[in-house]
Amino acid sequence: MADPVSSPLDHRLRKVPALVLLAALVVLPWGLQAAGQDFYLGLATRILIFGLAATSLNLVLGFGGLVSFGHAAFVGAGAYTVAVLMQDGVASAWIAWPAAVAVSAVLAAAIGAISLRTRGVYFIMITLAFAQMLYYVMTSLKAYGGEDGLSLMSKSFVAEAVDLGDERTFYLLTLAVCALAFLFVQRLLNARFGHTLQGLRENETRMAAIGFPVFRYRLAAFVLAGALGGVAGVLLVNQSGFVSPSLLDWHQSGLLLMMVILGGVGHLYGGLAGAAIFLLLEELLSGYTTHWKFVLGLVLLAVVLLAPNGVMSFRRRR
Amino acid sequence: MTGILVLEQSLNGLQFGLMLFLLAAGLTLVFGIMDMINLAHGSLYMVGAYLIAAAALASGSFWLGLAAGVAGTALFGVLLETTVLRRLYERDHLSQVLGTFAILLMCNEGVRWIWGSQPMTLNPPPALSGPVELLPGFSYPAFRLLVIGVGLLVAAGLWALVTRTRLGMQVRAGASDREMALAMGVNVRRLFTAVFGLGAALCAVAGGMLGPLLAVQVGMGENILILAFVVIVIGGIGSVRGAFIGALLIGVIDTAARALLPPLLERLAGPAAASDVAPALASILIYVLMAAVLFWKPQGLFPSHG
Amino acid sequence: MSAAILHVDGLVKRFGGLAATDGASLAVRAGEVHALIGPNGAGKTTLIHQIAGSLAPDAGRIVFDGADVTALPMAKRVHAGLARSYQITNVFGRLPVLDNLALAVQARSGGSLRFWRPARSERTRYDEAAAVADRVGLAHKLGRLANELSHGEQRQLEVGLALATNPKLLLLDEPMAGMGPDETARLLTLLQSLRGGLTLVLVEHDMDVVFQLADRISTLVSGRVIACGTPDEIRAHPDVRRAYLGDEIA
Repeated sequence: MADPVSSPLDHRLRKVPALVLLAALVVLPWGLQAAGQDFYLGLATRILIFGLAATSLNLVLGFGGLVSFGHAAFVGAGAYTVAVLMQDGVASAWIAWPAAVAVSAVLAAAIGAISLRTRGVYFIMITLAFAQMLYYVMTSLKAYGGEDGLSLMSKSFVAEAVDLGDERTFYLLTLAVCALAFLFVQRLLNARFGHTLQGLRENETRMAAIGFPVFRYRLAAFVLAGALGGVAGVLLVNQSGFVSPSLLDWHQSGLLLMMVILGGVGHLYGGLAGAAIFLLLEELLSGYTTHWKFVLGLVLLAVVLLAPNGVMSFRRRR
Repeated sequence: MTGILVLEQSLNGLQFGLMLFLLAAGLTLVFGIMDMINLAHGSLYMVGAYLIAAAALASGSFWLGLAAGVAGTALFGVLLETTVLRRLYERDHLSQVLGTFAILLMCNEGVRWIWGSQPMTLNPPPALSGPVELLPGFSYPAFRLLVIGVGLLVAAGLWALVTRTRLGMQVRAGASDREMALAMGVNVRRLFTAVFGLGAALCAVAGGMLGPLLAVQVGMGENILILAFVVIVIGGIGSVRGAFIGALLIGVIDTAARALLPPLLERLAGPAAASDVAPALASILIYVLMAAVLFWKPQGLFPSHG
Repeated sequence: MSAAILHVDGLVKRFGGLAATDGASLAVRAGEVHALIGPNGAGKTTLIHQIAGSLAPDAGRIVFDGADVTALPMAKRVHAGLARSYQITNVFGRLPVLDNLALAVQARSGGSLRFWRPARSERTRYDEAAAVADRVGLAHKLGRLANELSHGEQRQLEVGLALATNPKLLLLDEPMAGMGPDETARLLTLLQSLRGGLTLVLVEHDMDVVFQLADRISTLVSGRVIACGTPDEIRAHPDVRRAYLGDEIA
């Protein structure tokens, strides 16, 4: 029996372009140094981190079909866990980082268990509400910085030889983590779980009618996405050395959604592309005007009206 | 906890609830009839407050400012609807969320561009800037009484519009079954624009009423927008009656929680708990209420969709 | 006397003041083709929804294959062997035919939390899906997207999706809906080929199809089954004639 030619369920990783991209990203620090543009290494790191956060959102949104307006909560939870543990004396990444991911996962399980019983606009509202709740809670917990947030005394400690304070080292570690996460997501999408998730996006009623327990799989995807968001949070707090409740704000969730739609909802590279577009645009525009958010809004509106599936959709031929 | 305090907080809650209703009514109609999530609704409230403040400053009169601002915002709303928003009606929720979020961003930045980042002052009319003695020993700010009055007037006007006029009938038909309304020959485009313009005007009134009490500043619409969404989810999407009851409920509960929880927690768990936990608890109480309502009545208290 | 594989006992479903299902009772024998007929508004689809599990009855019992499934969620009923097809085509439009059927096959085998091994490498699953496609006459359209199929082919896929779950009983809600004479004949042949191991319960308006296919017929009027018997018995039944005003039954 021959295989069909193309299916939306497939997300092939074309090995050569992927390896070329990876290689380019690996040598980027030295390339930037040679061009005298060291400054941009920090931006590149941010792009990778937000690329991971956006990809984790794409898991529930693009591949799962759920508009979650509270995803920033999971990124924030990861960030806060590292910061709080550091404040309490735990600086080791080997303890703090898995703990942060675990916290994000548990939070996602709790929020998902309730939210996933709703649909459509109610789902959007309830995820937004939960994120806001977390925001208000963190704002009022003076012990954890309240409105002003928490600063990291130092970067997480990985090993003697790996100094995260060095920008280049941090970039490479981030690249390694993000590349692994990306590979994991790619395998996942092409595996049974990925097919199930996308099937639920395509036609949830029929999935139930052929025997899939819908809630269970949606919750699993939600928890996974939350955990990956937590990973992004861990990297983010280490890069900026700081976390505040504004990271949990619904604006942040909106910005993450924006990145996904800019890059391509339901496309493998959508999260990464969207983060790159968004952050590069921000960098470019804020050099010209303090009102760059206006232009950003305009770009988003244009994308929504003209290219509803994001930039990546122009490449897909169906 | 004296009777005076209870009375004062009740009036505050009523006042806040009524203003929430003005926002929620427009939101629920847009959602119920056009099936559109509009995150830019809070921006209309903000633009309304700014236009009113600017007009009041320019003319020296609160009332002139109010009139000009409301008219201007209604016009702005109609413009927005005809140029951009009507393209989103047929789209999926994600597109609507992001499209209106984009407009929210643009409005925030636009307002900052025109009027700067500093909050604008909107003063109540001089005649109403003092307290009024309602009962012996109990004074209540005159302006807040005006807010309550305006709120009740508008609510009554909306009720009359929805139940007694042809437009209102079309609105109710559209809210419960849009296809049927279309089949019955309702001029859908004009109806949608009218509903949106009305919603914008209501937002502006709320902005003008709350402006002197809260601050007129960039982003002022966002917290109240979320509350308005909670109201319509609880009240039932598409139902103005539901929005009214939901708004009053939320207004009273929110105000009461903020006033009563700190002293209550202080008595139970000491001052540290009161200053830390109480505000957070008061904030999340509303969301807990929403989650509870959704759990038992997923369509809200007064669902209007058949 | 064949054992009853499906027992519906006094089912009631109210929508506001209207009782769409008003004490409906049904007994379907294993291996038979059982048709459900009735005038418009009789509540046929509502009844199918309740048997399949997408609508919860207000009262009554449903017993399938010896077990009480009244409170069982839809997905679990499918695993027990009770599958349905939809009156309005409800397939995975953007996916190719093979993937449509493969999803149904996958549902059966569980283990859908697997996250590493590519699904495409599971040859058995895709071979099974292809076999189902062959059975419903879509073997040459495996790579076509479902929403690119003709209406008749989509109805074939409809049946195929339910069939791919390997059911004991197939609930078919107006399988011939919207089909011309050629397509109807083709689907009829398909349904006849399913006889034997499988029990079929079908809701259908097309009386020719019903009388050609059905072993027994139940007539639903105003939410209640007023008659049940062989096609000849039903043809002659006075209550049935009255309900239809005599013109749909030859």
